[in-house]
Amino acid sequence: MASRRLPQPAGTWIDRSHPLSFTFNGRRLSGFRGDTLASALLANGVRLVGRSFKLHRPRGVWSCGVEEPSALVDIGQGARRTPNVRTTLLPLAEGLAAESVNCWPGVGFDVGALTGACAALLPAGFYYKTFKWPSWHWFEPAIRRMAGLGRAPTAPDADHYEEVAADTDVLVIGAGVAGLAAAAAAAGAGARTLLLASGAQVGGALSWGADPEVAALAASARQVGVRIQLRTSAFGIYDHNLVCAAESVSAEGAADLPGCVLRERLWKIRARAVITATGALERPLLFPDNDRPGVMLASAAHKYAQAFGVACGRRAVIAANCDDAYRLAAALAAAGVEILAVVDRREGAAPIAGAAGLRVLTGATLTAVHGARSVRGCTVAPLGGGRGERLHCDLILNAGGCAPAVHLHSQAGGKLRWVAESAMFVPDGAAPGLTSVGACAGVLAHAPAVSHAAEVGEALARGGVPPQAPVGGAGRSDAITRVPGVRGKQFVDLQNDVLAEDVALAARENYRSVEHLKRYTTTGMGTDQGKTSNINALILMGEYTGQAPAQVGTTRFRPPFAPVTLGTIVGRRVGALYRPLKRLPAHDWHAAQGALFETFGDWCRPAAYPRTGETLDAAAQREAATVRKCAGLFDGSPLGKLEVYGPDAARFLDLMYVGTLSTLRIGQARYGVLLNENGTLVDDGIVARLSEQRFWVNTSTAGFERTAAAFEEWLQCEYVDFKVLITPVTSRWANVTVAGPRAWEWLAKLGFEAALTPGAMPHMSLRDSVWEGHPLRVLRASFSGELGYEVNLPADHAAALLARLWAQARELGATLYGIEALQVMRVEKGYIHIGTDTDGTTLPGDVGLARGVERKAGPFVGRRSLLRAAARDPGRLHLVGLVPLDGQTLLPVGGQIAPNPPPTLTEGHVTSSYLSPELGVPVALAMLKGGSQRTGEEVRVHHLGTIIAARVTQLPFVDPSGARVHG
Amino acid sequence: MMQLKCPWCGLRDESEFVCGGTTHLIRPDLSVTDATWGEYLFFRDNPRGVHLERWRHAYGCGQWFNVARHTVTHEVLSVYAMTDPPPAHS
Repeated sequence: MASRRLPQPAGTWIDRSHPLSFTFNGRRLSGFRGDTLASALLANGVRLVGRSFKLHRPRGVWSCGVEEPSALVDIGQGARRTPNVRTTLLPLAEGLAAESVNCWPGVGFDVGALTGACAALLPAGFYYKTFKWPSWHWFEPAIRRMAGLGRAPTAPDADHYEEVAADTDVLVIGAGVAGLAAAAAAAGAGARTLLLASGAQVGGALSWGADPEVAALAASARQVGVRIQLRTSAFGIYDHNLVCAAESVSAEGAADLPGCVLRERLWKIRARAVITATGALERPLLFPDNDRPGVMLASAAHKYAQAFGVACGRRAVIAANCDDAYRLAAALAAAGVEILAVVDRREGAAPIAGAAGLRVLTGATLTAVHGARSVRGCTVAPLGGGRGERLHCDLILNAGGCAPAVHLHSQAGGKLRWVAESAMFVPDGAAPGLTSVGACAGVLAHAPAVSHAAEVGEALARGGVPPQAPVGGAGRSDAITRVPGVRGKQFVDLQNDVLAEDVALAARENYRSVEHLKRYTTTGMGTDQGKTSNINALILMGEYTGQAPAQVGTTRFRPPFAPVTLGTIVGRRVGALYRPLKRLPAHDWHAAQGALFETFGDWCRPAAYPRTGETLDAAAQREAATVRKCAGLFDGSPLGKLEVYGPDAARFLDLMYVGTLSTLRIGQARYGVLLNENGTLVDDGIVARLSEQRFWVNTSTAGFERTAAAFEEWLQCEYVDFKVLITPVTSRWANVTVAGPRAWEWLAKLGFEAALTPGAMPHMSLRDSVWEGHPLRVLRASFSGELGYEVNLPADHAAALLARLWAQARELGATLYGIEALQVMRVEKGYIHIGTDTDGTTLPGDVGLARGVERKAGPFVGRRSLLRAAARDPGRLHLVGLVPLDGQTLLPVGGQIAPNPPPTLTEGHVTSSYLSPELGVPVALAMLKGGSQRTGEEVRVHHLGTIIAARVTQLPFVDPSGARVHG
Repeated sequence: MMQLKCPWCGLRDESEFVCGGTTHLIRPDLSVTDATWGEYLFFRDNPRGVHLERWRHAYGCGQWFNVARHTVTHEVLSVYAMTDPPPAHS
């Protein structure tokens, strides 16, 4: 076992009195509370954790944090399965069950490793060049199956998530010493200050050392009122200083979790000023086979030793490119890891104090790593070439230099500057609304970082300008670390298996811009988003194209900084809350009558009221036939209703509608259509005059909100001097519709007043009335083509009226009817439904409303567009009726009308189609090129390979004289 | 997600508003050519800089107002009434 648990006092984060058991690939192991899954695996000597994405190389734990590219596992089962979890961050929980990803049958013996053997055929971008003959589609399914790492959950997420909004003066992201100092100073200067720590402790990179300074800073921060939020990781910064963060609430993967827990909480934080103290990552060195299990980031090994009490190996070689490597070497030696050598590639590097007793090689690098599943040794040689020396190590630590975590700064629009001496990007000044402090600002020396952070905190709290960051303290690091002239794969991006030679390939094929480099090689596109690879990739591109790293530049930084659970973003907007449906005021009554509810737009409405064993279609046929023969009861409450009121109401409606509404007498109603400025039909409805200055406006159900909004826009933005008020009243009034030859007979049974009889109240008129003390607005209108009364009454009393009417229904032979029956009847009458029979190109003349346009004297919305040549083209699509020649085949909605089979130009399409109970044959509405001149013609309707012959007919199919509506 | 200062309700999140596009548009009269009419309907300036546009507080008071917004930085330079003249930003 190379890696193992160290004895106390190592492991300041673990609690040895609380052992936990877990399984990894079915194998039972144990760790302690406070361990991460990675530290527990290492403590158990597990080196092989997974297989890499493309080449299926054996991989182990590489880092100790969010930047982990290799040690990803799937945890849990079924709905609780979470794929691609970073073992380095996952807290160990009792009963956790983890599996390796991307390997079959197992991580030890993986059939996919054959791809590794074919690596030469699979360079970057191989799928643009290979697997193309005879057809890419032969290979695509297999290649797609091989892509990806973990497996997704198999059931909807049973847990829930919350969202919380916070407002603060100063937000500090990162609770290391710089963050703590900035927060304490800001709060001390009187600002409301919120501090986010992504981990379970404050202290950042010093949090495991029991550092007294950290404890003192934390205590003083709390004392001045800093609000500290632990386990909350800021993942993105958005417009106007909105920061989003994900808080981890419950123990991931624990076996004893109840059925539904609060898993995470999304924080949406608005801050007057944001300070990032997000620290720095490591930039690794490149050398052959630098991805083997047992090759790790040097700072990670240090953290495993101190915080988790885990030695990652027994004999280590440190590949160094920075001064910090020596401090780490000394610390690890003290922790019980033998340091065989520090192999420093920097020419002329001098070992720093504290490195006494270490063997140091300068101007040298690793030229080979031995051991595929676990490091057994390495070969080191001078950079210029020369004899290699074999070192028998079992751990290789990669200390390549510093990479300040500039992600949030860049997301906020901040610029970067290249510090050549240390080969790192640092923020070039502050970003709008966001200031960096500490290591993420490039201030690597301890004392300047703390004092600068405090100055920034205080300045921002007072609304002043923060001082510039004293960048420095990272020492000297070489930018280019690739080893030329040696065999073996030098990995740039571990997760996506991108090699240095892939970057060279991209340069050769002219994918030289950093954005092309990223997408062509896929470097930086894995779940780690290139945290330990992007900078090396652009440095390499610079080497191959003769540019400085600053000239190559970075790709665009986008949120999220780290993967965010989808549920956290969605929050409570799942299930019924995802798209809340509107319900009829009498919903429960309809349900009690056996309504079959369906979703129509935003509404939950009865499609029909099927009897036992009846299909929806059969019910609709029966209901429509009964309405035409006798009478029917329908709930039309969702129909849009507006009151338009004011001295200029009539003038305004004339401007909005194609028809003229100002000439309506009180109590008279007229059908109107609304156009947009492009002349297309957008809504229709009946307008009735209630009084000189008050109109009752019906819109379509689906168009209500946009029509009301359009009226408001015209009044507030254009006709600002008009005195008109628009009041939406859809939910105030229910609409109980009674239709059919016996409709009035039915209402009379309930005592509706004589003024409403068909003789006294003509079709297309509106009367105020009363029923049992409730005010009514009764409109004689009809979408079914039969005598119809739309009884509008206060919504609370809809169920009462419906029940009273329904009690009389049996005696009359009347029926309830739903949306399907209404659609059958309106198609029989040739009435259009905006959005079904019309689309974004349909003009009034196309659907037989040209006379209305011609008759209208004054201006109206869309008038100019109707004068265009294209609007007057006789070859436009016109609304026609269609009947199948065989009298039997239902014409499919969307069926294309064309004389020949495809490929061909079509002449139109079927828009609505139903079996007509009245005629006994299927009838359809269609839009047909030049249709108004083609009555009687035979056409062919094409649908999914079949052809149906049909005849063009005039509309309507039923009751051509229109006498039935008059009763 | 930006924040906009509704003249009546104060600073609110962008999700409470609906954007109505470019403001201060002048509709040409019926006598213009089809080409001019088409330009009015379909062509808009798309500046990399200050854009004058109108917004409605749809999930609040429902009122329309004008905004001068920088299209790159999303900085809101001013908020003014529908009937006010355009401000003198660039």
